[in-house]
Amino acid sequence: MDKFTQLTSVAAPMEIVNVDTDMIIPKQYLKTIKRTGLARGLFAEMRLNEDGTENPDFVLNKPAYRQAQILVAGDNFGCGSSREHAPWALLDFGIRCVISTSFADIFYNNCFKNGILPIRVTPEELELLMDNARRGGNARLAVDLEAQTITASDGEVVSFDIDPFRKHCLLNGLDDIGLTMEKAVEIEHYETQNVDTRPWV
Amino acid sequence: MSGIPAAGQRDNAKPRTLYDKIWDDHVVSRQEDGTCLLYIDRHLVHEVTSPQAFEGLRLAGRKVRAPARTLAVVDHNVPTTDRSKGIDDPESAQQVETLAGNARDFGVEYFNELDKRQGIVHVVGPEQGFTLPGTTIVCGDSHTSTHGAFGALAHGIGTSEVEHVLATQTLIQKKARNMRITVDGQLPEGVSAKDVVLAIIGEIGTAGGTGHVVEFAGEAIRSLSVEGRMTVCNMTIEGGARAGMVAPDEKIYEYLKDRPKAPRGAAWDAAVRYWESLRTDEGAIFDREVVLDGANLPPIVTWGTSPEDVVSIAGVVPNPDDIADEMKRQAKWRALDYIGLRPGTKITDIPVDRVFIGSCTNGRIEDMRAAARVVAGHRVREGVKAMVVPGSGLVKLQAEAEGLDRIFIDAGIEWREPGCSMCLAMNADKLEPGERCASTSNRNFEGRQGFKGRTHLVSPAMAAAAAIAGRFVDVREWR
Repeated sequence: MDKFTQLTSVAAPMEIVNVDTDMIIPKQYLKTIKRTGLARGLFAEMRLNEDGTENPDFVLNKPAYRQAQILVAGDNFGCGSSREHAPWALLDFGIRCVISTSFADIFYNNCFKNGILPIRVTPEELELLMDNARRGGNARLAVDLEAQTITASDGEVVSFDIDPFRKHCLLNGLDDIGLTMEKAVEIEHYETQNVDTRPWV
Repeated sequence: MSGIPAAGQRDNAKPRTLYDKIWDDHVVSRQEDGTCLLYIDRHLVHEVTSPQAFEGLRLAGRKVRAPARTLAVVDHNVPTTDRSKGIDDPESAQQVETLAGNARDFGVEYFNELDKRQGIVHVVGPEQGFTLPGTTIVCGDSHTSTHGAFGALAHGIGTSEVEHVLATQTLIQKKARNMRITVDGQLPEGVSAKDVVLAIIGEIGTAGGTGHVVEFAGEAIRSLSVEGRMTVCNMTIEGGARAGMVAPDEKIYEYLKDRPKAPRGAAWDAAVRYWESLRTDEGAIFDREVVLDGANLPPIVTWGTSPEDVVSIAGVVPNPDDIADEMKRQAKWRALDYIGLRPGTKITDIPVDRVFIGSCTNGRIEDMRAAARVVAGHRVREGVKAMVVPGSGLVKLQAEAEGLDRIFIDAGIEWREPGCSMCLAMNADKLEPGERCASTSNRNFEGRQGFKGRTHLVSPAMAAAAAIAGRFVDVREWR
């Protein structure tokens, strides 16, 4: 997994609430057995016309936002299906950070496994950041994970909360499985104990 | 077996919820910041969210830590028509073959597409007795919350976590908050578990349970069958909660007894004693409480593109202009535009083109029976295309033994092979652009059942009645 430390980028405004993972990546792109190459499916039913050409009205197709690495979106981003294809598609498209007032739990989790930083802000802060995002290349956002801040174009600073363990893993690009494998003795101990206390499991 | 302690028995007995108890009994280790390593008792695996996880194991030279705690089954991609000659779609076929190969290589039990036990993973787990009260259950599928009906802690995970569980039989987790949703009273005739859960989502909203594990309680919940409880817990995720659960009781024990993977003999007796302790203690604190009156619930239909967009069958399509928040108002207008309806339209005036009865929400035997009762002696309205997709091969066999297949076929409804089918339309079963569907599934998202398809979520009885009438009708008045 790639580390996430700092990111300065144009932010794409996605003024929709309840963006679900079916919207982020429709089911026809889930038939792959790989993690890569999913950018083509990102927001496909909004980003592409029926004939496969780009829909020029969709935010990520507009010249100002084609290189955006940050998404600023409405409440409850990533709800619905657990498909990790959603963060894989975002990542493959170049999105490394999503800012919203709230995220669905599974999507939020999945982001951290893929080097994507999901940031929760208040509705007022979202409005400020959304306003920056609307200004395209004239208003870049600077995200600093170590400092837990987003600096808007006019110098306003928005601080955000993040779980310390998740922050640590993201800053260092750590592999969860490797960390857990170091606790093999504790897992074995639990399993042994369980044979006595809940033998039917 | 008297040495078996009650769930998470402790000396300092602070009252705990059902969720607290299961959580406490599964903590392998705890960091200072509260992050825990949680042991996972049961892992269900399907073909869509597992290939990359097995590939990860292979690349790192890792094994599946506890193959006996893992059960694999194909469901999302399989055709619901005759599949004895293979799967036509090469990508679907590859995913199915990949799961078969991974199960073989890593020593995991696998139900293939021709096995009579095959079906939707959340129907299969309980049916086999793989799902047990007090266990932790995960699957790379958000509707894993279904298994909470047994008093298990069950939730969906992403593919990276699937790999983590395969390799370590644990998950890195922080504890969620406790929420209790109480549905009092007795449900009126014609109102089912599906209506209860749709009403709940309408009440709390699609993010109302975010960060919480929900315990469902109250007379209306306790009165539900095991199947009905699964329907409610299944859609907990549509309310944003990590998991939903109901305390186990006699109905659960009766359902599980003698299932192939359920404990037997002395182990069964010990298990039941432990399961009996899985009740929320008197005085336990919930971070959030919601109470609904079950006796006044109507049959419900969704009108929009979020499961929170609910309305009574006796109601009309709401007017988004009544919403104060700008972005939410826009979202509801967008939903109406997509679904092709105007505010003020009576729900019973909405015609349907397609009807889908099935899915992990409503694909069990009780759902088949409820739909069959409504269609018996009727014919599907001309121009409506309806299908019933049983949740598993065993549900299908049971329904056929009861003659339900004949009732559907005689009514002009297709009787299919088991799988996820048109709930998410990964196989050939999908809506055409603009088609309107009464569906017993769980998501009415844009494009969910097919590009530009329009989904209205309803109960099996309501879907069956819509197939006959060609529009939504109040099943309470059905004769």
